[in-house]
This record gives sequence, structure tokens and C-alpha cells, in this order.
Amino acid sequence: MERIPVLRMGTLLLITIQVDMHDKLAMQLQDDVTQRISEWGSTGVLIDISSLEIVDSFIGRMLANIAAMSRVLGAETVVVGMQPAVAITLVELGMSLPGVRAALSVEAGMELLFGNAAATNSGSSDERTQA
Amino acid sequence: MSEIAEIISKNEDRIRAEWIRDMSKSVQRSDLMSKTELDEQSRALLSAIVQGVKMSGPTDVSASGWTAARELLQDISASRAWQGFSSVEVATFVLSLKQPLFASIRESLDKNQEKLLDTIWAATELLDRLALITTEAFLTAREELISRQQQELLELSTPVVKLWDGILALPIIGTLDSARTQVVMENLLQTVVATNSKYAIIDITGVPTVDTLVAQHLLKTITAARLMGAECIISGVRPQIAQTIVHLGINLEDVVTKAKLSDAFALALARSGRTVTRLASAPVNPISHLLAKREE
Repeated sequence: MERIPVLRMGTLLLITIQVDMHDKLAMQLQDDVTQRISEWGSTGVLIDISSLEIVDSFIGRMLANIAAMSRVLGAETVVVGMQPAVAITLVELGMSLPGVRAALSVEAGMELLFGNAAATNSGSSDERTQA
Repeated sequence: MSEIAEIISKNEDRIRAEWIRDMSKSVQRSDLMSKTELDEQSRALLSAIVQGVKMSGPTDVSASGWTAARELLQDISASRAWQGFSSVEVATFVLSLKQPLFASIRESLDKNQEKLLDTIWAATELLDRLALITTEAFLTAREELISRQQQELLELSTPVVKLWDGILALPIIGTLDSARTQVVMENLLQTVVATNSKYAIIDITGVPTVDTLVAQHLLKTITAARLMGAECIISGVRPQIAQTIVHLGINLEDVVTKAKLSDAFALALARSGRTVTRLASAPVNPISHLLAKREE
């Protein structure tokens, strides 16, 4: 069965969406992401949607859901490389994705995530050593 | 009713001469078109009228025999609309044909009063219809001109300028309606991608009023930019506009707003880890050293 690969890069999860998302694929991705976060203890999820050209409200909600689920599991989500047309469509659909952070490029997204990781690491180092 | 055609063909030169003379008295604009051009147009129109009357009679100008005359008139009025004639001047071009034509008709049908009246009535109706065609074509051409200018204005009035590496500015001038918001949004987002800019300053100094609708359009643009990973700062909020925003209860809490473009630029620079300092050796007035050099 076709599925979207979830790559591990240190403490990050790297997801590149390069095919048209249909509902089943999206559900599968949600399963995979949550699974991997708990399995690998990732602290950041980077979703690259630069080759996604068509969105609907379902995909929008899926992005919001993945972000919310990851946050519950202790990982920050950054959506990277959204096309102008996609952004306009989401806004017109009334989806501002308040819980999702965004970055222009993969580079900027990683900076954002690593910056966060550094901040939380230094802030909660006690918890980490305990764990 | 082919008397009209006959009379026109017989007296063509005289009618045309009088017609042009009449026009030159009232509306001829020698600053906008030459005499030879006018001469040519009147000659063409007269022969088209003769042809129309001969083929389809004087009453029905929508008939196929009048196609040449209609097209000619439409061309003439369209070109005059572009040249800057007023609608009165364009309509008078046809209407001033009445007097010379009536004079010729009266001369030819002097003996038969009844026929004279009939013919004059037919000629009046004919010329009025032709004048209506002219006016309509004139208006159509004008409307085309206006809509084209509107489109150009739309495209011209939303430039996105790069202030610094990674910092864009979008000065909005004029009221933001839905159509313009669309253009502004697309322009901004495309430039954000093309220049990989993280900060976009939307300057609303040139927006006369901000009501709930304009605010909603602004928020849409900002949300779309945020979804792509760019941060928007609104600048150029005038005191009255700040008051209006609060009175209307518009929620701009999640948006950074600044009074001046320079404030917004300074903020964007600071957020991207840059700062502006003045060199100690630099002159206070940036051009004073140039002036001093010139005096030497």
C-alpha cells in the first residue's frame, strides 16, 4: 500500500508530501507520525508541502490535527514551503491553522525546530535527566 | 423612398461641403484630427448611407444593407472616443448632416409638398438612428477604455518592494476591496516565495479608511503569509485609523502594528538579528560633506 515516508533525522521527523493527498493516505500519515514520535522520542516534526498544489479542508484539518497530536506527544510541528495558492485557498476556506507553525524553507524550518529544542532542553534539563 | 439616395448622390459634393462647413462652425476639433481625415470620413459615411438606403430602405438601420454604414460609424466613434472627443461632439458629427441634407431635399422636391414632408421625416428618423448608433459605440469604447485603465491601475498600484535581505514592504494606496486584496495577496505571497523573505511590512498610510471589511481583507493576507512562514507587520496606522479600529472593535491583537514604516522596518531588522548604527565619523547631515566638497 502506498504511504508517505516518515524519515528520522536526529530528534526530528522529516515528512515530504509529494503526491496528491487522499483521505486514506492522510489517515495513514497521522497513524505513522504519532507512532514514530512515541517510538523514537522525536521533539520536532517537519512537514514539507512545497510540492502540494491542491488542498481542501480535509488536508487543512489533517495538518492541524497532526500538529495538535504531536504537541500532545511533546513534539513541535513546522509546515514548510507552502505554495501561495495553497495558502490563499486555506485562508478562503477559513482555516488559519492557529496551532501550526510555518517556515519558508526546510532550512528555516529546521532552524525554528532546533532553536526550540535548544530552549526546551536547557529549560527542562532536570526532567530529562530524571527520565 | 429611394429619393433620399438619389438626392444624396446627385448633390453629394454640395451636401458634403455644407456639412463640413457646419461642423467646422460647431464642433470641428482641428487640435484632435486633421481636415483631410474628416473629409474622408464624411465622404465614406455619405456613400455608405446611399448604399444603405438603396439596399434596405431608410427606416430599418439594423438591416443587412446598413452593415457598412453601421461599422463605419462604430469605427469613427470608437476612434474619436480614444482621441478624446466629447459625446456631444461625436453625436453632432452625424446630426449636423441634417441641415444640408434637408436643404437639398427641399430644393429637389419643391413642387410636391406631401412628398417633401414624407422624405424629410424619413431623413430625420434615419439620421437620428445613425446618431444613436454613434453614441452607443462611443459609450462602449469609453467603457472599454475605463475598464482597461482600472485593470492597469489594479496591477500598478500594488508593488512589492524589497527593503533588505528577507524584508519586504508592500505600500497599499487606495481602498482595499475584494478584487484588490486578491491581487495584493497573490503579489505579496509570490514575492515572499521568490525572495525567500521572512518579514513583510504592509504599509497602510495610503489607505483612506479602514472599516471592518478592509480589516478582514488585511487579516486574510496576513494569515496567508503566516501559513507560508512569513511574518507580517502593519505600519502606517494613522491616529484616526487607530481610533476607528478600536471603535469598530476590530481584533488586531495577533498582528504587530506600528505607526510608521520606519518603526516597522526597525522591528523587522531587530527580529532578523540586525541593527543599524551610525558611524562615529559620519557627518551628521549625509550630504554636508558633498556640499563642502562642491564649495572647495
